[in-house]
Amino acid sequence: QKVSVEVLDHLEHLALVDFRDAEGVERLQKAIQFADQLHEVNTDGVEPMDSVLEDRWCLYLREDDVTEGNCTKELLENAREKVEEYFVAPPGNIPLPKLEERETFLQGS
Amino acid sequence: MAAMAAMAARGCGGVWRRARQRGAGRPAPGPEPGPFPRGQRAVACNAKGGAVPAGKSGLAPWIPVVGLEIHAQISSNSKLFSGSQVQFAAPPNSLVSFFDASLPGTLPVLNRRCVEAAVMTGLALNCSINKKSLFDRKHYFYADLPAGYQITQQRVPIAVNGSLSYSLCIDNKMSQMVTKTVRIKQIQLEQDSGKSLHDDTRSQTLVDLNRAGVGLMEVVMEPDMCCGEEAAAAVRELQLILQTLGSSQAVMAEGQLRVDANVSVHHPGEPYGVRTEVKNINSIRFLAKAVDYEIQRQIEELENGGTILNETRAFDSKLGCTVPMRDKEGKQDYRFMPEPNLPPLILYDAKSLPANMNHQQVINIDWIHERLPDLPSVKREKLVEQYGILPEHSFTLLNEDGLAEFFESVVKQTQMKPKKVIGWILNDLLSYLKQHSLTVKESPVSSSLLADLLNLLEKKEISSTAAKRVMAIKTGNRKVLNKLIGLVQRKTQGRSNPVLVKQLLEKKLSE
Repeated sequence: QKVSVEVLDHLEHLALVDFRDAEGVERLQKAIQFADQLHEVNTDGVEPMDSVLEDRWCLYLREDDVTEGNCTKELLENAREKVEEYFVAPPGNIPLPKLEERETFLQGS
Repeated sequence: MAAMAAMAARGCGGVWRRARQRGAGRPAPGPEPGPFPRGQRAVACNAKGGAVPAGKSGLAPWIPVVGLEIHAQISSNSKLFSGSQVQFAAPPNSLVSFFDASLPGTLPVLNRRCVEAAVMTGLALNCSINKKSLFDRKHYFYADLPAGYQITQQRVPIAVNGSLSYSLCIDNKMSQMVTKTVRIKQIQLEQDSGKSLHDDTRSQTLVDLNRAGVGLMEVVMEPDMCCGEEAAAAVRELQLILQTLGSSQAVMAEGQLRVDANVSVHHPGEPYGVRTEVKNINSIRFLAKAVDYEIQRQIEELENGGTILNETRAFDSKLGCTVPMRDKEGKQDYRFMPEPNLPPLILYDAKSLPANMNHQQVINIDWIHERLPDLPSVKREKLVEQYGILPEHSFTLLNEDGLAEFFESVVKQTQMKPKKVIGWILNDLLSYLKQHSLTVKESPVSSSLLADLLNLLEKKEISSTAAKRVMAIKTGNRKVLNKLIGLVQRKTQGRSNPVLVKQLLEKKLSE
């Protein structure tokens, strides 16, 4: 089963990935096929596994102490733009243009 | 719009009425019905439960359905998955760790105190605590969510299937209270996002990540409520519970308690209508207004032949109405996936307690249960039983921060019976405080002073008018002092020394 253009477009919107060309879509297709092999195993009545480490991986609980923070300067060094110790972002989300309105190889598919 | 905003629901037991008839094009329903003029529809949100058909006009009644999603900020020193501090109002981006900023190579580490807060809250709300709960990633893009996802508990939350009981007064009469229950679907632990400040003039958003990563408990209430008053009462009771537990300070004004309302309407016997989500509600009072407005808006829309969109709307407190929210792109696909960096959260009870595990790594539900403080409902019962006051009195006592303690302190120091004392607390002290916008803690009348006054009253050494006047003065009216001197003069038939009386009174008043 091929992945439809609608799903590919949906994924590009959600994850901001760019499948770029037929090869990119084919790679996705192969990844899905690879994962689908899991369906060949009958898992009726079996609880999904959380991790191969199972009971050996215990969630560590930290004490409620203040041990981090106060590094405003360092953090802001990563910002392309800043205003008085605030990060600067565009006024709102800039969604990917709709399929018809953007240049993408997906259109031709 | 203004007409709708001005209209208010009459509260439970009351009846929904539409705004004045507007314009032509309205289908004539037939002969003038009873109390409802042509075109007006009535919906009743009856305190006894469910909608009451009020179709005197011959038109089908509406049943409003209200559900709530409440986010309570956990009261803790540090954040849910990092060691940066939790504090309101600090210099921007000063309470941010590398993990909070989503820098590569950082990992979440769960804060024990946050788990305990969620367990306490779950127990207080009669929930089943899941001994194994899971963490997930909820993906969406926004400038104040640096990782591009929020860690939450979508598959298996920490607590499920609880209930919250709250009380309402029927017909605005405090003497007639009715108890209602709302089911709690679940409580989940999740991260808060940072804060976005919109700078429209420069067409940019300023982002402060101080709040990013703070622990939240999301409490999901089933759609068991039917109007703004019920929603407000339920949230108020939840707020009191959280504050009593200490799991959240739940101050709405500081964003520690945020409420989103899900509202829909339908005809009896028909399936639930399309629901809208209402956000940006900043106080309990506005919650009631927003819910009632939205119910009415939907009724009007549907009766005019329109449809309700499954959308998110924001409450505009200035206009008293809801408006569609921009920046909400249709139905979101959050691509939930298990959080790969966190294994399941395992909780224990007395039976399942592991023998050889470090205590600090173990959370025992039973241990927490044993140490829960008296919840507001229990406190009220105890006050009624111990002091013989009325249930509605106990509600008011608990509703004002510190008032119950003040009352008990006065009772200890006075011979006056608690049933009489309560009148002085609720009718006199409280109204004077309200008049001068003072909290109980700021009260110029101390519990000892009030106790003294009441003792004098009991011994008939002063009149109740005099006592009231003393309280009025203390809470801010100097003119009355002179009147009081005059009264003392009259009582003592002119035999008292006015200068001395003034001194004594002023001394007493400054205590």
